[in-house]
This record gives sequence, C-alpha cells and structure tokens, in this order.
Amino acid sequence: MAKVTVPKPQELAKVNYQPPAKGWMDVKPEFRPGTYVNAAQPKWLEMINYPYPRAWSVPDEDWKLPPDWKEIILQQMEDRLSRFRSLKLFFDICVRCGACADKCHFYLGTGDPKNMPVMRAELLRSVYKRYFKPAGKFFGELAGARDLTEDVLKEWFYYLHQCTICRRCSVFCPYGIDMAEMTLLGRELLASVGINIDWAMASVASCYTKGSHIGATPQAFKDMLDFLAEENERITGVETPVTYNRKGAEILFITPSGDYFADPGSYTMMGYLLLFKYLDLDYTVSTYAAEGGNFGWFISHEMGKRLNIKMYEEAKRLGVKWILGGECGHMWRVCNQYQTTYYGESPSFLEVPKSPITGTVFENARAHKMVHISEFTADLIHNNKLKFDVSRNEHIKLTFHDSCNPARAMGIFEEPRYIIKNVLPEGHFFEMPPNTIREKTFCCGSSAALNADEFMETRMKGGFPRANAVRHVAEKYGVNHLGCICALDRATLPTLVNYWIPGMEVTGITELVGNALVFPDEIERTTDLRDRPLVGFEEAEGEEEAE
Amino acid sequence: MTDFFKMHFLVPLAAVLGLMAMAYFGAQANLQWVFGVAAPYLSVLLFVEGLIYRIVYWARSPVPFRIPTTCAQNRTLPWIEKTVGEKLDNPEKFSHVVGRMALEVLAFRSLFRNTRTELQKHPDYPEGAKLVHWSYKWLWFGAIAFHYAFLLVILRHMRFFSEPAWGFIHRLESVDGFVQFYVPVVYLTGVAMLAGLTYLLARRLFNPGMRYLSLAADYFPLFLLLSIGLTGFFLRYIYRTDVTAVKELAMGLVTLHPVVPAGISPLFFTHLFLVSVLFAYFPFSKLMHAPGVFLSPTRNMANNNRWRLHVNPWNYPVKFHTYMDQENEYREAMVEAGIPVEIPLAAPVEEEK
Repeated sequence: MAKVTVPKPQELAKVNYQPPAKGWMDVKPEFRPGTYVNAAQPKWLEMINYPYPRAWSVPDEDWKLPPDWKEIILQQMEDRLSRFRSLKLFFDICVRCGACADKCHFYLGTGDPKNMPVMRAELLRSVYKRYFKPAGKFFGELAGARDLTEDVLKEWFYYLHQCTICRRCSVFCPYGIDMAEMTLLGRELLASVGINIDWAMASVASCYTKGSHIGATPQAFKDMLDFLAEENERITGVETPVTYNRKGAEILFITPSGDYFADPGSYTMMGYLLLFKYLDLDYTVSTYAAEGGNFGWFISHEMGKRLNIKMYEEAKRLGVKWILGGECGHMWRVCNQYQTTYYGESPSFLEVPKSPITGTVFENARAHKMVHISEFTADLIHNNKLKFDVSRNEHIKLTFHDSCNPARAMGIFEEPRYIIKNVLPEGHFFEMPPNTIREKTFCCGSSAALNADEFMETRMKGGFPRANAVRHVAEKYGVNHLGCICALDRATLPTLVNYWIPGMEVTGITELVGNALVFPDEIERTTDLRDRPLVGFEEAEGEEEAE
Repeated sequence: MTDFFKMHFLVPLAAVLGLMAMAYFGAQANLQWVFGVAAPYLSVLLFVEGLIYRIVYWARSPVPFRIPTTCAQNRTLPWIEKTVGEKLDNPEKFSHVVGRMALEVLAFRSLFRNTRTELQKHPDYPEGAKLVHWSYKWLWFGAIAFHYAFLLVILRHMRFFSEPAWGFIHRLESVDGFVQFYVPVVYLTGVAMLAGLTYLLARRLFNPGMRYLSLAADYFPLFLLLSIGLTGFFLRYIYRTDVTAVKELAMGLVTLHPVVPAGISPLFFTHLFLVSVLFAYFPFSKLMHAPGVFLSPTRNMANNNRWRLHVNPWNYPVKFHTYMDQENEYREAMVEAGIPVEIPLAAPVEEEK
C-alpha cells in the first residue's frame, strides 16, 4: 500500500462546505488514498466464516462481487427491516430538517454534504424507497429513490466507513433517529456480499481466534501484563503481581487490549494494577476473555455477540462472582446495551456485584453483573478508601473528553469527573466548551474500526472538532493533558492531538489514580508512571526533561 | 440530465397548483359533490387505513435491543444525584420515559438542544481556523410555532363540525383574536402558521446544504400546507363565502348525511380539497413522523439494561470460539508460561472438544 501523507493542518482546516452543483445522486465518491480503509484480506473472513472471502481492492473498478450480489443485498435488507423496527422507522420518519447536519464531526471536518447524517441515511433510504415503497417504485428519482447499482454500493462503503457510530446526530434529532443504527445495519448489508474493511476484520478474526484484537497469544498477553507489573515495581517499589485464569477469584477483570498493548493505554493498565494491589483485590484476568473491546460489533450484531459471549463464558468457567470492566468506550456500549440481551438472560452463575472494600452493592448492575472501573473507583473514593498524594499529578493540567459511547449509549459523566477532582490538585481540571462535552461530545474521529493508518487524512478531518475544542482549553488555561475513559481514544487521540496540537498528552483516568495512590511501603516517587519527573524532582531526573 | 433541485422543487409546486386548479374549476363545473363529499370521505378513509397500515407495518418488526440515546448521567451510585431534567434525558424507568416522550412531543426537546457550528478564521491558531458552536433555537421556534398554530387552527375549525359549537372553541377564538386591528378579527394562529411555514420553506431554499438534500417529498407538504393556509386566509379575510352553507356541508359530512348547499364559493372547495389531499397523503409520507416519534427506540426506552433484562425475540445461538478451543491450541505455551490449564500436558489432548 502506498504511504499516505496527510496535508498540513492549515490545509485541512480549510473546509469547503459548499455542496456540489450536481445533484447528489449523480456525484460518485472518489477513492483517494487517505480517505478510505483498505479492503479486508480473505484470510480474516475465512477465520470467522464470513461470506465471499476474496482479494479485492477499493480503488479498483471491479470489486469482484458475487454474481447475485444485488439480490443478496435486497434480501438482507428485507431481513433487517423485519428484525429491526428501528430501521423501518428511521427510514420512514425522517423529515430531512437538517438538525443533524452540522452535528457530525465528519461533516464538519470534510464539508462533504454526504457526511451530513441525514444524507448518509438517504444513501441507504433511497434504495429502500426504490425496492420497498410504492412511491419509489412508481416515481423513482422524484421520490428520492434510485436503483441499487455497484456505484451505490461503493458509495455506501465510502460513507458508512465515515461514520464512527458516535450518535451525536441522534442527540439532536427531534425523532431520535440514530445514524449509528443505520450504519451498523448498512455495514451488515455490505458484509453479506463480502465487502469489509481490513482493519475491522483483522481485529475481529484475531480476537476471535486468539483472544484479543491485537492477536496476542495467551503467553504474549501474560508477558505484556507481567512487564507492566515490573514497571510498576520499578517506579513505585510496589509489586503488583497479576494472576491469570485463576479459578475461584472473586472478580474477573476485563479491559481492552489497547490498555496493555501500547502507550499511553499501558499506563492506565499500570494504574489498574496499582489500584488492585492497593486494595488487595481478589481478582484475576483471563487469557480467553482478554479483550474488553468488541470490533465484532462494528461489523454486525451477530459478530458482536460472538465476541462478547466470551466474557460471561469465562466468568462461568472461572467461577468468579462478578466482572469488573476497564475504561473503554464501545466495550461499555456493548456491555450496557447488548450484553445481557445477547446472552438471553441475566447470568445466574454470577452474583450482584458488591465491592469487597466498601460493601457497596451495585444495584444498577443487578442483572448485568458487571461494574465499570470508574463506578468502582468513585465508590472507593467516596468511602475514603484511597489515600492520594495529588501533588504527584501537579504537572498535569487536564481536560476531560467524554467518549461517545459511555456518553450517549450509557450516560457515565459524573464518575470520571469525581475521580479526576480527587486525584488532581485543585484548579488543575478544566472543561472544554459546553457544546463539545457530555452528551454533545465530539468523537475522536477514528472509532468504529476506522483507526487504520491508511485512513489518516479523513481521521484527522473527523477529529478536527474534538481537537479544536482541546486547542481552546490549551490556549486558554494551559491544559496539557486530555483525559478519557476509552482505550480506543487512548489509541487514536494521541495521533490526533499530535497532528493538531503537538505537545498535548492523552491519559486514562486510572493512570492518574495510579500516580496519586500512596502505598505504605512504596519507595520515594520522583516520576509519574510515564517516567516523567514529578514537580520538584525535575533536576534529579537529568537533562532531558528540563521544563 | 435534469437539475436535481429544480425537479424536486418545481414538480411538487406544479402538483399543488394543479390540485388547486382542479378543485377550483371542478367546483365551477358543478362537481361540488366530488370535491365537497367524495374527496373528504375518501381522504379520511385513506388516512385511517393508511395510518393503521403503517403503524402495524412498523409494529410487526420487534425492537431487538434496548438502545436509548442517553443525554445525561445514568443511574449509578446512590450519592450521585440526578436532577429531574437528567432523569428525563436518561430515563431509568417507565415514568421517566413518559416524561421524556412528553417533552419530546409537546416541547420538541431534542430540537431545543439545537446548536449551530461554523468554521471561523482564527489567525492566532496555527491551523488558522476555529469551529464555533452556539445555541441555535430558530429551527425549534419555527417548528413549534407552526405545529402549535396548526393545532389551534384545527381546533378552531371544530366549530364547523359541532352544533352548537363546543364551548372551548369560543374561548379559543377570543384569545386567538385578541389583537383587534382589522375586521373581521385576525386570528394570530393563522398568521403564525403561515409565518412558520414560510420560514421552514425559506431555510430549505436559502441554506445551500438544505437545498442540496431536500426532496420533492419535503417541498410537497410545505406547498400543500401553505396553500391550505392561504386559501383559508383568503376565505376568511378577502373572498368570504357563505359560512352558514359551509357549516351545513360540514355537519352533513360528520353526521353521514352529506348535503351540498348552494352558495359555497369554488375557493372554499379548493380549500377543502387541499385538506383532503393532506389527509390522504399523510400516512404515505414523512408526515408520519408524528405517530412515528412515539415508537422511536432511542427515545421511548429506559436505560435500564444493567438491571432489567431486555429480551430479543429472535435471539439465536451463535458459533463462538470456546475457551477449550484456545487451550487446545496453546496448551503447551500456556503451561510453559505458568498459566493454569484445564487439561494437564501429560493427559491425552485429542478427544477433548
């Protein structure tokens, strides 16, 4: 693949919002490197029994579709209509008021009118009208209907992979029409004729067969965590050993692979380990349910279930009482909106989660039997179970990025903020403008399996609204860290802020907890978990970090 | 290649003008029974049947997952307080959902949240530009003005269909006409309705993005409603017709003893026919957003998945990679790494699934 070069920020920030003169049915997408994700290699599809594995390439004219691709798509669409009321309804009731238009980060970043959620939906809706509605059959284009052609399919591919399923449009829609739902189902239609993106399928197939998106084997998974535990010991003098697949542990801890795979997620992982050590928590991690994230759900509801089911299955095998989940966005969307429904019942082999430290019973997780680490930590802090030295976070001026999924598909706003305020010195936390946080938060621009390198130009455009709000607090308050409770954010935001606001760091919230936790038997800490000198210890650290 | 905008704008305009001409000249050509009786009855039939058909069509598909869009803090630790507004924006139980729906339907809650975002030049930033977001209530205001005005106009028209006219109609009329600057008294709702519609049409025409995405199905109802409003306006204020005769016609229709009295102007039949077309068109159009919003799963469900199971009627077992699949593949390496396994290395490995 050709190396993608992204234009300079000054170039990218010149967005042209003027729609083309031609009507949208006559405009075809241009597959330019940097603006699409590569086609999935056949081996991934074979690993998970997905249909029509074949070698094909996005810029090619011929996508090597199966001969009856059109019948398949229409039959699959009919099937989805019969199984999802949401789809019928969202197709039928949109009035095209345009309230969603300037809410989409991809529209704001690209200026492409087909990235207005209403238009993106219309790309699918026009086919629905043509084949499932009398008006579309009779009046055709006048009714906003059009034939399903290969060009239409390519257009779906292009724009359904410029939607991060973030639901910001759905907050503003007067009827709650959720583009995310249509994007997901649209991607299912594409997959039914073997059109998938490589970044998603590679992650899914690796997760399915090995245990995590990054394809770590059980032994590699252990290596990574053991290494982070050693890092903890080196920096804090505290041993934070991890047990693997330990039967009879009270709690199974599951977090996305992003948290043990690479910086800066790994620092959050170190934070978890320190926190659990501090509490002497009876927990274990699993090499089988080693992935909290779920790229499967980005490609279909069924694949989401095929990956998600590992969590409960492993909890049952290990005989734990409940599950603790790490900081992750789409993982928690799946956990909150789908997990028990996928499973078909509330798992009877688990107990209603109860914090062994504070005795708090998590009534809100009575059926799900899984607790979010931010809920768990906030409860600990509220009950004065943690001793912090906030001066260890004094070098950090933080703003908090509400990740789309916990924000708009769950509603977890207060816990992370509560933790932040307790682990940072007074006056070190600054909110971004109100129209860019909480339920109105802007996406990182790379979620929903779009964090592929070859997609960099569009990623940087899609993340522009987020970065721009971060820029605002960086200029105004000197904010130097962007906090989040999402492993995908920790994987994608560093690239984004590095592009738009060099010098800005991305951090998980539990990393800050790990920095601040005071252990009775720790060594004197002179650095944070990233080996950066704490305030007051700069000169001791030598020359490279002079501030 | 036809111009997309022109086609989607002009065809519905021509259609509405054609419908008007049809009724106007039809009434002059002694087809009063067609436009005064047959059309209204047919349209009501289509309206009711179409409405039922469409709602049943929607309801036939299940709601497999509970997917409310959460716009505030969810239920969590008891000491994290939630305001009433937050409970309605992220409902925990049925009563919250009722509140959320009520706000949505009666106050257009989500539209009230509307913001406008604009890219502005900002030389201080290296990228030279800044996105500015601000609260933008005009769409909400225009929409709510039109909808409520239309509702009140419909209620006022009930005086044609009740004998004696229901009491609330008189009160409504006196409030509606309290600004007395013209004879006959000008109803504010009529003015608001026309103003609201004009705004909704203007934004489709003058905002390039809106013009790009608007379809004939967006212009047609606007033209139809505008023509209904305008013909009504003319009937009341300029070319008045015999109101007693109109009432006789209306009462005949609702009592199922239709009569067509003499003295009703063709303009009135035009007005009535346009209303009939609206009724007939309603169930087959985007106007179904009105009943549809009640069924919207992102708004009408409580965010209570974590403590109340939602059952998917078509949930089916899926093939998945089991723990034993993993162990069978990596047993040796796992043992070497000190990870506990189900079947020790020495034991036979093959027959285990």
